[in-house]
Amino acid sequence: MLINYYIFLSLALFCIGIVGVLTRRNAIIIFMCIELMLNAVNLLLVAFSKMHHLTAAAADPNAIAGTDAQIFVFFIMVVAAAEVSVGLAIIVMMYRNVHSTDVNFLNRLKH
Amino acid sequence: MNIIQILFWFLSVIALFSALMMITSKNPVHSVLWLILTFFAISGHYILLNAQFLAIVNIIVYAGAIMVLFLFVIMLMNLNSETEPQKNRWLKMAGAVSGGCLLLVLVAALKDSELLKQQAQVNEGYIGLIKNLGKNYSALM
Repeated sequence: MLINYYIFLSLALFCIGIVGVLTRRNAIIIFMCIELMLNAVNLLLVAFSKMHHLTAAAADPNAIAGTDAQIFVFFIMVVAAAEVSVGLAIIVMMYRNVHSTDVNFLNRLKH
Repeated sequence: MNIIQILFWFLSVIALFSALMMITSKNPVHSVLWLILTFFAISGHYILLNAQFLAIVNIIVYAGAIMVLFLFVIMLMNLNSETEPQKNRWLKMAGAVSGGCLLLVLVAALKDSELLKQQAQVNEGYIGLIKNLGKNYSALM
């Protein structure tokens, strides 16, 4: 499979995430769009890892090149999980203050 | 067109369609469910790329833990399509146009790249397989 299919699929998913962040006002949906963008990057990293492994395996059949990109993906998942737990706590506190998750209410930073 | 390519296009169409449905559905609970479908399609891509460990971790961590957290918060706040904040149509169109412009610029920048002629290893190669977990690679070399 050519790498360009994976690159354009990841670009499309990333841009869908950006459109979601720009068009939606609900803080939770914006957060989910950020998760989608992180996943697009993860998919591209895994595809590049397999691309890199193909060239390295041609020279040495025991090559482990490309493993590092998959470890990066694992760390991105850990960071995303931590980010979600903190961000959702912030959204819950915002909901308790203004009784809405509309990000337009955040422009004053007080109520 | 072999079975790998058919699976690739099938998973890509599912991922893109459910991502689009995620940003367009009014009800936040439907958005979460469409996003879970997107994550499953991306996990299918990982399995196709022989990254089994990441596919399983993606399902457990993203679809299993993070999305349940989102669903829990949405149900805690009792959000539904009636409480969805409304927004100016023109601002929505401007957001869609600017996102499309970003996609256009990125595709145009990559169009003539030498990188695009490279192959990715699909359904072969042993890195990322679960059976390799815990193996000592320095002893192999």
